[in-house]
Amino acid sequence: MIDPVPGPDFVQLLDPTGSRAEPHRFGYSGSDAELAADLRDMLLIRRLDAEATALQRKGELGLWAPLLGQEAAQVGSARATRGADLIVPSYREHGVAWCAGIDPLDLLTTFRGTGMTDWASRPANFHPYSFVIGTQTLHAVGMAMALRLDGLVGNSDPNRNAAAIVYFGDGATSQGDVNEAFVFAASFAAPVVFFCQNNQYAISEPTSVQTKIPLYQRAAGFGFPGVRVDGNDLLAVRAVTEWAMERARRGDGPTLIEAYTYRVGAHTTSDDPTKYRSADEEQAWRAKDPITRLRNYLLGTSAIDQSWLDSVEAEAESLAERIRLGCVNLPEPKLEEFFTQAYADTPDALFSQRAEHLAYEASFEATR
Amino acid sequence: MFEFKLPDPGEGLTEAEIVRWVVAAGDEVAVNDVLVEIETAKSLVELPSPYAGVVAELLVAEGEMVAVGSPIIRIGERGETWIPAAEPTEPTLGSAEPALAEPAIADQPAEPTAVLVGYGVRTASTTRRRRAVPPHSSNAPSSNAQSATVQAPIQPLATQSTAFDELGAVPRPITPTPLPRSTPAVRRVARDLGVDLTQLNGTGPDGLITAEDVVAAHTQPRARDERIPLRGIRRQMFNSMTASLQIPQATALIEADVTGTVDMLQTLKQRREFAELRVSPLLVFAKAACLAISRIPEINSSFDGSCDEIVLHKAVNLGIAAATPRGLLVPNIKNADRMNLTELAQALTAMVAVARDGRVQPADLARGTFTITNIGVFGVDGGTPILSPGESAIMCLGTIRRKPWVVGTGADEHLEPRSVCTVSLTFDHRLVDGAMASKFLAEVATIMSNPGLALMF
Repeated sequence: MIDPVPGPDFVQLLDPTGSRAEPHRFGYSGSDAELAADLRDMLLIRRLDAEATALQRKGELGLWAPLLGQEAAQVGSARATRGADLIVPSYREHGVAWCAGIDPLDLLTTFRGTGMTDWASRPANFHPYSFVIGTQTLHAVGMAMALRLDGLVGNSDPNRNAAAIVYFGDGATSQGDVNEAFVFAASFAAPVVFFCQNNQYAISEPTSVQTKIPLYQRAAGFGFPGVRVDGNDLLAVRAVTEWAMERARRGDGPTLIEAYTYRVGAHTTSDDPTKYRSADEEQAWRAKDPITRLRNYLLGTSAIDQSWLDSVEAEAESLAERIRLGCVNLPEPKLEEFFTQAYADTPDALFSQRAEHLAYEASFEATR
Repeated sequence: MFEFKLPDPGEGLTEAEIVRWVVAAGDEVAVNDVLVEIETAKSLVELPSPYAGVVAELLVAEGEMVAVGSPIIRIGERGETWIPAAEPTEPTLGSAEPALAEPAIADQPAEPTAVLVGYGVRTASTTRRRRAVPPHSSNAPSSNAQSATVQAPIQPLATQSTAFDELGAVPRPITPTPLPRSTPAVRRVARDLGVDLTQLNGTGPDGLITAEDVVAAHTQPRARDERIPLRGIRRQMFNSMTASLQIPQATALIEADVTGTVDMLQTLKQRREFAELRVSPLLVFAKAACLAISRIPEINSSFDGSCDEIVLHKAVNLGIAAATPRGLLVPNIKNADRMNLTELAQALTAMVAVARDGRVQPADLARGTFTITNIGVFGVDGGTPILSPGESAIMCLGTIRRKPWVVGTGADEHLEPRSVCTVSLTFDHRLVDGAMASKFLAEVATIMSNPGLALMF
């Protein structure tokens, strides 16, 4: 069951055919060159997502959470952040991670089970993935409060300001944690943007059983603004997120952004969506594809051409190959490493357990 | 030559069924081309090819169940020679001198391919042993101790493999089928008459096929037996019923006068609450069973072998055996004991619809604690059901018939036509004794005979 009419406050700047739909109280003022760079990101992450999904089916990954269909929501919002902003993802934000400069192979270590989430290429402002639903919203509010205590909010020089953005899904809005985060952030005007990718399903539960009102309207009850944006429209996502981040950096408090999108793939590779939704519905959403509309728009303005697309496709293929080969060659972790990875200051008990383990390992003859 | 092993496409699955091969031997495939559709307990998925090359051999037929980690297809480079799967394929240490392999190590079984959740298929196997184990052969050359770990005697490759051309002239490996028992003379008769001995059932001693059998088969060709592969739900039924016979079980029966229930159902059907719902004797039986369980909780119990404890379940997850398009399934109604009659009717109605449409989900089948099977719908008077492993009892309902029934006592005693039903209960005699089972059946019969007495529970 999908809300057929997203509502009068729905922010859309680029319609599914690729035509600009302005004016609007939110406008996108960036250049077409910037949009072309964003399109390239979207094409590359779609390719890497497809490759990771295939790697799971080959037994090389234990699990993968595909992002297919959510590229505009992720790239558009990620490009609205800058240097000191804090990014707090859920577990499907491979596109956000890409924009933050994380090596996709590092993501795979987690899904292959050969590493934790503290990836080597992870920048300090990108929080590790959260697999527990909604917990990260509380962490993000705390981190946002820390930004303010550090004097990074509401300065007269806007370039000295920073804010946090936290990603979660429609299902997470039913969690207590998310609602607690809303209450606290509203009460203390925390500089945080709650970025909800409403992809219509909490695994198999449609949003119709998660909420009786559009999710963005919940923000009003907590006392901060909520905006529903077309999550498949990169321009709109980028414009609204830039506005909300700037608002937070200024010290005006939190915003809830509901990026109205669709998870075209399965919840994870362990899920079979044909069991709970119709092919017609999927088809209807494929017609709103975020990449198609941006590509059509940029082809229309001649910002890109076929040779540009061909070169990005070649780039995507070599990225896929790098992931494919890199995945199977990811180093196996050593068990002794895990003893010291849970705590910042490892307790003595864990050190002695590790010593015991090492002694036990040493009791074996060398492996062949 | 690459071998693709069945990965775990979900989380913690151990097997899958090969539904459909998309490629055939001789086909050229690119990386990520779809090879096969498989169905697991969770979903139907396509598996992409990890390799580019030519399909040498499909190792598993459609319809077969395959354990995760088993090889399912071999893919070679174009023109590459290949070794049929029936032959040993582990001549790994070409330069080693196998005759010198240290016996103690050669005896060690190779570690099976481990597929762990989150790890995918492991390609490298390791053989290690504790230093503490004393060497079996102390005079073996020490230099061999590290390298000689070959499990099987190695023969020159050429003697056991056959090289084939490219372009699909690839015969499938022949799996030797055991010859049916007969004598050379009979086999000669069969060959002359063109009779396939594997299709015959011998009438001689111990199933020996005689010349008469062959001649009979030749003169009056019998219709070929139909063979149905054991798969899916049918396989599950096969396995769970086989497992059930490990349980010492007994059956008790009672003939119950259910006229009171039949009359009450007429009243219920008039009520608006039940207008859209299935109102049947099964509904009242289900309610009666839940009520009786509240007095005899052992009926709704299971055995925890890990700690030798009997677990009395605090909720009744009431299974209803259902003949569905997919086969026999036992979906269960969770917490049926906490439902009033309307809620139970709603749950039963919904369950019937789901089962009929073949939409039963794994969660509906899991965690059942007690089962009712209603074979009365097939017109029979009753039966002795077999336990669903993990449950301590199953109740079986026969068909409801009008029968003469003795009512009244003394001078009043006379025959009356009544609605009568035979109810049986098969129980795990380790957890439930005859007294408990009898008391349970008596309680159920009492409620069915006089539903008003349910108020006492």
